[in-house]
Amino acid sequence: MDRECSQLLPSVCAVLADSRQLVADDTFLEKFLDWFKTLTETESSLLLLQENPCLTELITCVLKLKDPSSSTLSFILRLTGIFAASESCFQYLQQRELLISLFGEVGPLSSALWEEASVRSGWVQGVHSMVQHQSALHFLCNCGAIDVIFTLQGDPSLFVASAANQLLVHMLTFSLQSFQTKLVNIKDCDWPVCAQKLIVHIEESLKSNSASRIKQSLKLLTSMFGCCHDLWTEVLWSQLSERIVYLLEEKPVHAWHSLVDLFLSMARSPVFSCPECSLWTSVTCALEHLNPAQVGRLAVGVLKLQECPQAVRIQALSVLLQPMDCVLKAASHPLEYPGLLNRSVNDSATVETLLSCRSSCASLLCQTLAHLEELQYLTYLPVDLPYIPLLQSVVTILQFCIGLATPASCLGNKISRILIGCFRVQRSALDILGALSHRESHSVFMGSVSDILLAYLKSPDTSPTVLKKSFQATLKWLVRLSEAPSSRDHWQQTEQFIRDLFLVLQKRLCSPYWEVRDSALEFLTLLVKHLREKDGFRQVLFSSEVPKLTEDLLEDPESYVRASAVTAMGQLSLLTQLISKMPGIENGNGKEKSIVAQLQEILSTDSEGFPRRAVISVFIDWLKEGHPDVLKDTEQFVSSVLQAVNSDLDWEVKAGGLELAEVFSAQTLGRLGLAACPYAAVSSSATRSTHLSESLQIFCRVKLFEFLFGALCDFDRPVAQKACDILITLKAELCEESSLREGTRAGLSTEAHGIAWLEETLRRWSSCAEPCPRGNADGAGSQDPNGVLLVLRTVDLEGLHGSLNRSSDHIEKSPQSLLQDILATVGTLEDNEADCY
Amino acid sequence: MKLYCLSGHPTLPCNVLKFKSTTIMLDCGLDMTSTLNFLPLPLVQSPRLSKLPGWVLKDGNTFLDKELKECSGHVFVDSVPEFCLPETELLDLSTVDVILISNYHCMMALPYITEYTGFTGTVYATEPTVQIGRLLMEELVNFIERVPKAQSASLWKNKEVQRLLPAPLKDAVEVSTWRRCYTVPEVNAALSKIQLVGYSQKIELFGAVQVTPLSSGYALGSSNWIIQSHYEKVSYVSGSSLLTTHPQAMDQASLKNSDVLILTGLTQIPTANPDGMVGEFCSNLAMTVRNGGNVLVPCYPSGVIYDLLECLYQYIDSAGLSNVPFYFISPVANSSLEFSQIFAEWLCHNKQTKVYLPEPPFPHAELIQTNKLKHYPSIHGDFSNDFKQPCVVFTGHPSLRFGDVVHFMELWGKSSLNTVIFTEPDFSYLDALAPYQPLAMKCVYCPIDTRLNFIQVSKLLKEVQPLHVVCPEQYTQPPPTQSHRTDLMIDCQPPAMSYRRAEVLTLPFRRRYEKIEIMPELADSLVPLEIKPGISLATVSAVLHTKDNKHVLQPPPKPTQPPASKKRKRVSDDAPECKPLKPLLSGSIPMDQFVQTLEKHGFSDVKVEDTAKGHIVLLQEAETLIQIEEDSTHIICDNDETLRVKLRDLVLKFLQKF
Repeated sequence: MDRECSQLLPSVCAVLADSRQLVADDTFLEKFLDWFKTLTETESSLLLLQENPCLTELITCVLKLKDPSSSTLSFILRLTGIFAASESCFQYLQQRELLISLFGEVGPLSSALWEEASVRSGWVQGVHSMVQHQSALHFLCNCGAIDVIFTLQGDPSLFVASAANQLLVHMLTFSLQSFQTKLVNIKDCDWPVCAQKLIVHIEESLKSNSASRIKQSLKLLTSMFGCCHDLWTEVLWSQLSERIVYLLEEKPVHAWHSLVDLFLSMARSPVFSCPECSLWTSVTCALEHLNPAQVGRLAVGVLKLQECPQAVRIQALSVLLQPMDCVLKAASHPLEYPGLLNRSVNDSATVETLLSCRSSCASLLCQTLAHLEELQYLTYLPVDLPYIPLLQSVVTILQFCIGLATPASCLGNKISRILIGCFRVQRSALDILGALSHRESHSVFMGSVSDILLAYLKSPDTSPTVLKKSFQATLKWLVRLSEAPSSRDHWQQTEQFIRDLFLVLQKRLCSPYWEVRDSALEFLTLLVKHLREKDGFRQVLFSSEVPKLTEDLLEDPESYVRASAVTAMGQLSLLTQLISKMPGIENGNGKEKSIVAQLQEILSTDSEGFPRRAVISVFIDWLKEGHPDVLKDTEQFVSSVLQAVNSDLDWEVKAGGLELAEVFSAQTLGRLGLAACPYAAVSSSATRSTHLSESLQIFCRVKLFEFLFGALCDFDRPVAQKACDILITLKAELCEESSLREGTRAGLSTEAHGIAWLEETLRRWSSCAEPCPRGNADGAGSQDPNGVLLVLRTVDLEGLHGSLNRSSDHIEKSPQSLLQDILATVGTLEDNEADCY
Repeated sequence: MKLYCLSGHPTLPCNVLKFKSTTIMLDCGLDMTSTLNFLPLPLVQSPRLSKLPGWVLKDGNTFLDKELKECSGHVFVDSVPEFCLPETELLDLSTVDVILISNYHCMMALPYITEYTGFTGTVYATEPTVQIGRLLMEELVNFIERVPKAQSASLWKNKEVQRLLPAPLKDAVEVSTWRRCYTVPEVNAALSKIQLVGYSQKIELFGAVQVTPLSSGYALGSSNWIIQSHYEKVSYVSGSSLLTTHPQAMDQASLKNSDVLILTGLTQIPTANPDGMVGEFCSNLAMTVRNGGNVLVPCYPSGVIYDLLECLYQYIDSAGLSNVPFYFISPVANSSLEFSQIFAEWLCHNKQTKVYLPEPPFPHAELIQTNKLKHYPSIHGDFSNDFKQPCVVFTGHPSLRFGDVVHFMELWGKSSLNTVIFTEPDFSYLDALAPYQPLAMKCVYCPIDTRLNFIQVSKLLKEVQPLHVVCPEQYTQPPPTQSHRTDLMIDCQPPAMSYRRAEVLTLPFRRRYEKIEIMPELADSLVPLEIKPGISLATVSAVLHTKDNKHVLQPPPKPTQPPASKKRKRVSDDAPECKPLKPLLSGSIPMDQFVQTLEKHGFSDVKVEDTAKGHIVLLQEAETLIQIEEDSTHIICDNDETLRVKLRDLVLKFLQKF
């Protein structure tokens, strides 16, 4: 602790110990504790107490107070816990009987303040901090604290209950940490007293009839198995497993949620990974006894495990596939599909009951679909997924949802009635349908997937959110199909699908609902981006009315739609420009306005931020990818964009402008051989100097520096930061040692200037129409390369970089400031009190 | 209580309810789908139609070639279109006391009923129903009368001939009863029989029943009807909507506790959601116009068109259609647009509040003001001067058999740039288009039917819980084309009773009570006796007086004084003779005590047997049997009157008398 803080600490402690000094804002107490936590990690806690006796006095004083505030008491409990974490300090406090007074039966435990959740929470946290050595454990066992913690497990405050549970986990793992068990029967072992007490408590709770006690113990075990992977956990499990299986066999299983959590937590522990472990018997039992709606999470968790007996995996997969199997069988199909399951895990009646009930059908299906989707993203799935029947069952669900499936049974009739128009299930099914595209198969796609996707995309009843999902799924399939090596015939069939798709897209772009227009445009953008290499796709695209409609949507009344139209046009225009003589979009030829001009107009006139942001990101893409219209006169293009961005108030547009400036400057320097490429041939210094001045002149012509310096002065920190980064890079490129020396020789000041000076210079630049005399930084205009270079050298970019990178409250974060704040707050309160009086 | 079903069309119903002593006709819809069998009536001479070949029988017989024409494989009657009337033979329609109209689409057969059947009763309908109904009728008459047809075909109607015709003519039902359209004087005469009513107004019919119209949410002034007596309630739900469109919202609460709910006029396109269809309509319209094509919307002059214009009002700017003219062509276009703005009290809440601002409730006023929407009585006259393409035309008739729409079909049918968008669900669009084949113009089917769908019906029935539901047979099974869609039928318990054309249903409930008033002086004379806590009874001797379906209990006439002389008794004609009344008995007989009492009075050897309905007490010695049941007691003994009276008195001891 530094000297200033040591000096301030006694008065702060005095304030805290004074019951009259009520502190309205107790967040500083948290900061205060954080500070002590850091201090005790680096310094000796005992020394800290000894050197600052005010701290011990504070604890004593608060204990003596007749009526302390709950926040102060809670604070003291936690503070003492932090100190008592060190064994020497623990002894020190113990000698002064402070610990027993705070954590023993006579302390806050028996006071009226114990009713306050904050005090109980402080007590638990204090104890938690303290349990870092055996002495603390003994102390707690002896003073009856453990029973208090057991009671607090069922505390009405969820925070306290959870903290108490965590504390028990910590105590159990800590007490057994150093325990070298020989792993024989637990009963024969001489386990530490504290651990024994806890284990007995867990066992009793599990045997009790109280659902809440059972859940508490299961939660405790879940946390414990989750964080502790020592060998003794296996011994503990062997003692409890029988009881857990008993819980599973109850009807109905009340604690299924907690049991699933427990099994998942244990299954991830290396201790239980061995295939012979009894855990798997219990997991198997859970997969059998819990219904599919309850056990789905466990099944998917099991399938994600790297170490797990194959039989359990197969069973888990069966659990997930069973509802899908039922749905598949409930509808009649033109072709016979093999079922999804060889054998059934649960008796199918349970699943059928769940599926035929309105309240459970949709949720079971959504849950199952989501779990199965999760499996699709696994890099390695250790079981064979019956891909085709699964896909068919998903398609069947989607058919049911829009009344296209023909029920083949009574269950089918019920499912049909429940699912028709059910958006939730439609969304989940479309998600997995998209995910299943990774196992791309052309015949499957043309067989049933393309039909159902088109049905959803065409149907006027498809809700906007479902339509979006349909677009996403379609995109995934098309991208996959385009990437896969396939025969010519196959791709021609796909093209036919794309042709139908564009008819739908055309209509969707004219929809009266903006969400629909927006999703259609987003879809179009991605489609063009991914399929632009395909000839057939391009032909379909440009022979449709989609490009024209997209262009019209640049004037849509809804800003989101305009933004999406801008992005889509960006892609379309790139595509048109990159392929020669493509009919369709014309750009600038025979048209009133070129697309570049249209987008520039949006950038400078649109009243909403989204379209402007979209324009700038399109421009960045165009510059990067070399859009011919941009290449025609890049300088003019960049200059006009920067000018528009400079006066924009939206910081994201500005940040986009900066990115454009960065790309442009890198391209310019690169083109002139000045890029920082380690393998580039080293040019002679004379050539380099010529190139430097050439680039500098280009930058000046496009007013790059005026824009960058302006952005550096911007109030939005991200803008200023980015500008600063770019300027530093440019400075490194342009202001070489030699030029610096030159400047010094010319007798110019090299003193570093700050923002105020820069702002003044920029003002002068803007008012100065004509370039000012050479070499005079103060009078030079933005077009004068030397003047610009001088400013670049003179501004303290490194200093600015440092201060911009610090968060705005870096000064206020210091402990000294915290202590001063506490005192100041109290002072203000006193003043207010006087005023009120 | 009986229901006579005169129409087979579920959305154009015509039923007659006999309830108590009244005969009430519920709607009189006109099935116009019959007109689809006829050739269109072109406003301007159509060379294509006039050159259609006559139909020749397979054997080469040409006797029908003047009456029937063939077009792209379909055969049409070349004559003035005719309509299929409701059944007129099932009961004598002159006995109908009143006709209740639920909405303007369901009154189109009214002139046929009121002017041809000897009907002398009253028709009840709301004001917008009458006014817009009049517009629809006038438009219909105008459409048909302005294209006089020289010939009238009747040969084909001959049963023997009809058998030889191709479908659908062969299968057309009751063609002999098909009638030509009525005339304007007949329309006027029919409408003059209407008495206007307001929502929730109670109308007494002969003191027997009360009828009340309720808002049904489907169209301006559309109503459901409650027909109730003191103890029975029948609800007639016809053409209702729960969607928020322009009319006042549906009143569901008043339908609760019905004994019978007659449910007709559900959506004709249960698989099409109106919102989705409106989106489809707008997208197709925009796409066509962007490509330089024209859009034709065959429609009625009132109803969904108001909502469509409102949607377009919001949509045209966003779709860049501000410069495209919208034309509404109908002989009643002007009246329809103006009427809609003045029926504020019949509109939904949002539109009602606009009137107080004051603003016109419908935005089509603004469309007209800004010249975006123009309306004309017909294509002749001003329209031909203003006509600009590409454009959007709303015009009738949705059957495409008469009206200005015929002209536009002929004009635009050849170009694939143009589109016809069907929004009215009453006619099959394929059938409507049949005489225009081959057709190059695009056809889009966006039926917008805001009436209740089956999900809404099921919620409604759960909410109002009628004892019995009666509906057309079409609603009790999935649509024939989608037999797997069991969700597209009424699902209720007990299952709905269904009816079809020309069927008479006996409604499944019996009238058990009738309300009778007691005159005050008679009520004063009653002496109630409490037989159970809270239940008192009294005997009444009175004269039941019934007049105008009202029943009143009046005090009995004073007993006539015995004549002084011993003349022969003269039967009084004025009042019925009042016999002294025996007291009424109540209570139950405790068997143990009864047996004890019997034994006390010297009956030995008493045996009691339990039966399903009560007990039998056997007095073996006396050879007597006492049969005691819940509501009767019999003493069976062999001609021993003294014994019977003795036993009777013992039984009576246990019962209360009053």
